[in-house]
Amino acid sequence: MNIRRINWRLKKRFGPAVTATLSEGSIVLSGRLPTWGEVIEACSLAAVKYSTTHVVNDIRCDEVKARPMRQPTLRDTALEGRKPDVLIIGGGISGASIARELSKWKLDILLVEKEADLALQASGRNDGEVHPGIDLSRGSLKHHYVRRGNAMYDQLCRELDVPFKRVGQYVCFEKAWLKPLIALYCRVRKNRDGIADTKLISGEELRRREPNLRFAFAISNPSSGCVCPYGLTIAYAENAVQNGAEVSLNTAVLGMAVQDGKIHSVATNRGTVYPALVINAAGVFAEEIAAMAGDRFFSIHPRRGTNSILDKKAGVYMHTIASVMDITRNTHHSKGGGILHTVHGNLLVGPDAIETWEKENTETHRESIDRVFQKQQRTMRALSRGDIITYFTGVRAPTFEEDFIIEMGRKTGNILHCAGIQSPGLTAAPAVALDIEKMAVGYLSALKPVARNENYDPIRHGPPVLREMSDEQRAALIRQNPNYGVIVCRCEEVSKGEILDALRSPIPVPTVDGIKKRVRPGMGRCQGGFCSPLVTQIIAEFLGCPLEEVRKSSGEAVITYGKTK
Amino acid sequence: MLTVDVLVIGGGPAGLAAAIAAHQNGAAVLLIEREAHLGGILKQCIHDGFGLVRYGEKLSGPEYAGRFIDEFHALGLEARTLTFVTRIQKTSEGFAVTLVNRDGVETVAAKALVLATGCRERTAKQVSIHGTRPAGVFTAGCAQHFTNLLGQLPTRKCVILGSGDIGLIMARRLTLEGAQVLGVYEAKSTPSGLTRNIHQCLRDYNIPLYLSHTVTRVFGQDRLTAVEISQVDERMNPIPGTEQLVECDALILSVGLIPENELAEGLGVAIDPKTKGPICDAGLMTSVPGVFSCGNALHVNDLVDYVSESGEAAGKSAARYRPGQQRTLIPITAGEGLLYAVPQRLDVAADRSAVTLYFRSRENLGPCRLVITADGREIYTRRYPFLRPPEMERLELDLSAQALTAASQIKLEIEVMEHD
Repeated sequence: MNIRRINWRLKKRFGPAVTATLSEGSIVLSGRLPTWGEVIEACSLAAVKYSTTHVVNDIRCDEVKARPMRQPTLRDTALEGRKPDVLIIGGGISGASIARELSKWKLDILLVEKEADLALQASGRNDGEVHPGIDLSRGSLKHHYVRRGNAMYDQLCRELDVPFKRVGQYVCFEKAWLKPLIALYCRVRKNRDGIADTKLISGEELRRREPNLRFAFAISNPSSGCVCPYGLTIAYAENAVQNGAEVSLNTAVLGMAVQDGKIHSVATNRGTVYPALVINAAGVFAEEIAAMAGDRFFSIHPRRGTNSILDKKAGVYMHTIASVMDITRNTHHSKGGGILHTVHGNLLVGPDAIETWEKENTETHRESIDRVFQKQQRTMRALSRGDIITYFTGVRAPTFEEDFIIEMGRKTGNILHCAGIQSPGLTAAPAVALDIEKMAVGYLSALKPVARNENYDPIRHGPPVLREMSDEQRAALIRQNPNYGVIVCRCEEVSKGEILDALRSPIPVPTVDGIKKRVRPGMGRCQGGFCSPLVTQIIAEFLGCPLEEVRKSSGEAVITYGKTK
Repeated sequence: MLTVDVLVIGGGPAGLAAAIAAHQNGAAVLLIEREAHLGGILKQCIHDGFGLVRYGEKLSGPEYAGRFIDEFHALGLEARTLTFVTRIQKTSEGFAVTLVNRDGVETVAAKALVLATGCRERTAKQVSIHGTRPAGVFTAGCAQHFTNLLGQLPTRKCVILGSGDIGLIMARRLTLEGAQVLGVYEAKSTPSGLTRNIHQCLRDYNIPLYLSHTVTRVFGQDRLTAVEISQVDERMNPIPGTEQLVECDALILSVGLIPENELAEGLGVAIDPKTKGPICDAGLMTSVPGVFSCGNALHVNDLVDYVSESGEAAGKSAARYRPGQQRTLIPITAGEGLLYAVPQRLDVAADRSAVTLYFRSRENLGPCRLVITADGREIYTRRYPFLRPPEMERLELDLSAQALTAASQIKLEIEVMEHD
């Protein structure tokens, strides 16, 4: 689409309020619009799906309030003067997987994450589906990576000791007359787009496999699976650390000095670092990082989604992944949501997709839950809101072209972007990380010789999960360490020993939420009502600090205010 | 393998009473408790008011529990503390219960089980509270644990949602600890807790109670900074436009208790959707022969005295239980005006000379009459000056003279009386 045509379309829709110019290979939109919805409409109008010519959004929006990125309160000089070979910005699935793959090489790798833990934004706030790629067409990076990533999951999760189940996915249809049309669609996906295992199954076959799913027919994608997304991110990062990488939490990038088309230094709240190569895996803030590096050629438009987690008792209703499909639905916006049986045995319902200008607003809203349930109750009638034990919101980081950006900087030499990562970003991550590894090693090899890390070990052992063991295995572990026999979280059957393991793990996060993410106390139906005081106490004893110094999540998340009278 | 007649799961007031009663009825008893000490939730209930019905005295929770714990030990009974039940399997002789504790994994055989597993608190997400996920959202019991067992102040300025008894107790407790309780908000148009607690915990301390209000949203990234309060309509849905912001550092929830019956459900025990506890006969045997239920796992009680009573009944029945014993169960149904009635079944083949019934009315009622019928004929009636859902009623009936068959039905109905 040429720029004149874009401007004609913008003028037709918005009058003189917005104009587009072609600047350094990007379509830059500027002007002013009252609502964020209109900004999205204008930018989407100028964008071509999967194009590498990106829309950059410079439209001022009356609705958008300046809201600077939340920063950790920590201020020190722990990183001052560090000269890492690679600085990875972002501790989500992208940053963590890249760190692990790069740790195969003798490199000084530093990963910084502004939050108090890994996977605290989109990577920890998604449904954990390992996608089959059924909705993606050849020609996009998403399509390129989703199949490769998907195929890597079995071995990867064995190596990293992360639960993964290839349970299969059903896309369900209510109307039998659609069958010939969908059969054709599947054939195209199979033959043109390489989704080799996709096939149509009858309503009876579906019911035989999932008795609570009653439809005319369904697309079956056996390659689909589910994984614990934050568990995988933490495992990747732990393996990277075991292999010599460094992870610095509570560390935000505040600015960069760029000289002669190269990033010279990166300022953080923990000192200034001088990296040879910067990898931008900053999620919703990838655009800000690119801008700091003088390499902003794309824009991120945040899109939030809310998921509900249901009691494990509801887990018996369904054991796979399913969603009802309306062919009239707007297919522009990634996922339509569904129901998923998680690796931990809960049902997960959602997500929805709402455009928002707020990158860090993960508040939940009643309307999201209502909307998602209204839709998914069509997928499975047995679904009940009464089974909800919790819900959460994540914010996706799409570009207007709705594709990944995996490339070296266009204007700045020593930055590598891993941006625009949204669904199926989790599925694609293992394959993306391998390519980023190649690109990074290629770049660094031109500067200095890069040798293999001979001590690299791809195997990571997570803490033992006693509830999944046989009585004999369990008894043997308790003999070694009686704390494994003391159950602290009754709902998820988590022992004191497992909590202490999490406190001693390679990237320990000694907060109630940090422990919850690693070994699950508080994840169950009572949501920590019984165990949170006990977990707080165990953390305080471990740290040797008064109870009031233990935090829920970040440094400011005070749990108690000190001794009673 | 250790073999006992009666295995009691849960060492709170129900389990302690059940173990003692089972022992007194000749059974070899073992009690399993997952916490380090016996007493259950009473350990953290340091306020008084326990034991009025049973002892005619006002005891604190630990004092009340202490009486049973002392008796338990005096009788030489055995308890495994810090011990968790991971699995129960039915066997030809009864049940095989797998236990985990510091000593390892052990399986104990039992002829009968008493499930005295108590209840848990409904959480913020279960009452549709949205917004951020800050620190400072506590269930009342959790706040009570921090305050009374760990000696830590969980709030300086809070809002309490729900007028259940623990919420009212915590309003007073936190006030005594110097925290400011801005108000207790209740979505229903009537309080959920005991009248005595409304007076002793709120009025005496000038803590306002706002009926037909609920919390719809919480604010704060790290620690809670404010809550949004909305008025609700008769169906308890928030009324748009009535939102108001209340600045505070904590939201404390007392929005209901849910009997914990995951072990029971695992055994295939039928659950009453009204009580969320097992469907039991008058001996408190569940639908699974040899499995008994009592205390707050059976139905949520407002007075511990009745928890102990049901524990004793279950323990006694469990001790007398013989595998293969035939039951002829007929339904005891609660009519429209009742929230529920326990037990839900009567074994017409068993001794019916002292049947204890517990029930709650669905709404606040003025003068009314409870009518119990058997196959349509009136067998018992009683007048009440008023009935309130938070206050459970108890009756003891002699049904031995009633001609009941396997096809009989017993019904409880409430008739509201005209004002004079």
